[in-house]
Amino acid sequence: MDPGAEAWILAKKRDALRLRARMIQALRQFFHERNYLEVETPVRIPTPAPEEHIDAPLSGDWFLQTSPELCMKRLVAAGYSRLFQISKCFREAERGELHLPEFTLLEWYRQGSDYRDLMAECEDIILHVAGALEKSEALLFRGRRISLRKPWTRISVQDAFTRHATLSLPEALQTGRFDEIMACEIEPRLGVDRPVFLYDYPVALGALARAKEGDAALAERFELYLGGLELANAFSELTDEAEQRRRFEKARQFRRAAGKRDYPSPEPFLRALPAMPDSAGIALGVDRLAMLLTDAAAIDEVVAFTPEML
Amino acid sequence: MYTASDLKKNLRIKLDNEPYIITEFNFVKPGKGQALYRCKLKNMITGSQFERTFRSVDTFENADLQEKKMQYLYPEGEKYCFMDNVSYEQVFLTEEQIGDAKNFLIDNIEASILLFEDRPLGISLPNFVDLVVTEAEPWAKGDSVTGNTKPVTLQTGYRILVPTFIDQGEKIRVDTRTGEYLTRVKA
Repeated sequence: MDPGAEAWILAKKRDALRLRARMIQALRQFFHERNYLEVETPVRIPTPAPEEHIDAPLSGDWFLQTSPELCMKRLVAAGYSRLFQISKCFREAERGELHLPEFTLLEWYRQGSDYRDLMAECEDIILHVAGALEKSEALLFRGRRISLRKPWTRISVQDAFTRHATLSLPEALQTGRFDEIMACEIEPRLGVDRPVFLYDYPVALGALARAKEGDAALAERFELYLGGLELANAFSELTDEAEQRRRFEKARQFRRAAGKRDYPSPEPFLRALPAMPDSAGIALGVDRLAMLLTDAAAIDEVVAFTPEML
Repeated sequence: MYTASDLKKNLRIKLDNEPYIITEFNFVKPGKGQALYRCKLKNMITGSQFERTFRSVDTFENADLQEKKMQYLYPEGEKYCFMDNVSYEQVFLTEEQIGDAKNFLIDNIEASILLFEDRPLGISLPNFVDLVVTEAEPWAKGDSVTGNTKPVTLQTGYRILVPTFIDQGEKIRVDTRTGEYLTRVKA
């Protein structure tokens, strides 16, 4: 790229990059005030959590992390009760208006909590950040006003299909169209006027989540949506080693059958799991939060460099 | 052969044996779910458009399009006849396929014809074409303000704004991409 053109592109991002820096400062402040310990875990790891549709880039004979989940949970299992981390994560072949193959994730864990406690904490965090950036209790995003006033909307996956989709949830699962219906019909309608927690996923779609008390077909998992953007994903954490092994093995079988790269079993994580107390964990897309706060059309606007510029 | 991760705006692919161009593209991936590639496609023969969502496992053939230099011969009914100067093979393009290029088509002009399996799809002209002004109001003496324009008619029937000093019978250079006047061409 012509040096003049590059300087112009980078100069145009100045306001967004300033806001992003203040946003990250506000996030850290929130967690320090609530006595969360900030940690850094390795970005280069021998194996990621085996997920069907998340591909980790190779780094030598190891991988770049797709999230810091496994190491953070090992810390929780060792007795660290409140942890957070802001780290770079990597996912192969993910590039679009909302995706970068290298992005920034905020992940936090809380002992003695479940996914409902994390919904409330999400409300507090976003309101804290909006306040720190002198935003009112509403965000203007893509021509709509998203009110942040508590409590935010909570809707089950089942109800979201009934309300927004052309297929019922069982039909979508049977025909293998869950992701398509979710991405094309449901997600664009979520969080348009106020944030939405989409909760209780079919258990097969929450590989590291605990089954719901009283309904083993559902996983205690939620996703937070603002303005049609998926901002965060949370679980009540699964702590049953045998069950976790079964799910990882199933994901690995899927990957092998689909011709995807196999991941070695994350043994140290699995062995630590029985010691892990009841807890809940969540990952929030830092770049996407910056998009919401700057009314960005694409994720490109809230990072200095995209892969195409390198 | 393309895979879904190669899809992007303006890529030309073959579906059901017809050439399509991707006019809109969006990568979506619902949380932890599979990657989806939402495309708006335009059939390059019929012009019809539709939306389709592809998955990572989908593969596509390259739409095997050729560009050939051909010479414009004459209009025939509502079609325009072009000839390959090497093989003398002739093809006919419809008014719709010609589009705005019809404003600049003069006898024997050389154009690039886009072909799909020997079927013509479209045309691109040289960026600059010289055309004769066939009708123009005479230049009113005294109107020497630079930047003033007047409409004239060119030999193809195309109406264009030119500086007031251009007279009937003169030749001007036109940018075929914008359809705008560039300069006077001295005979």
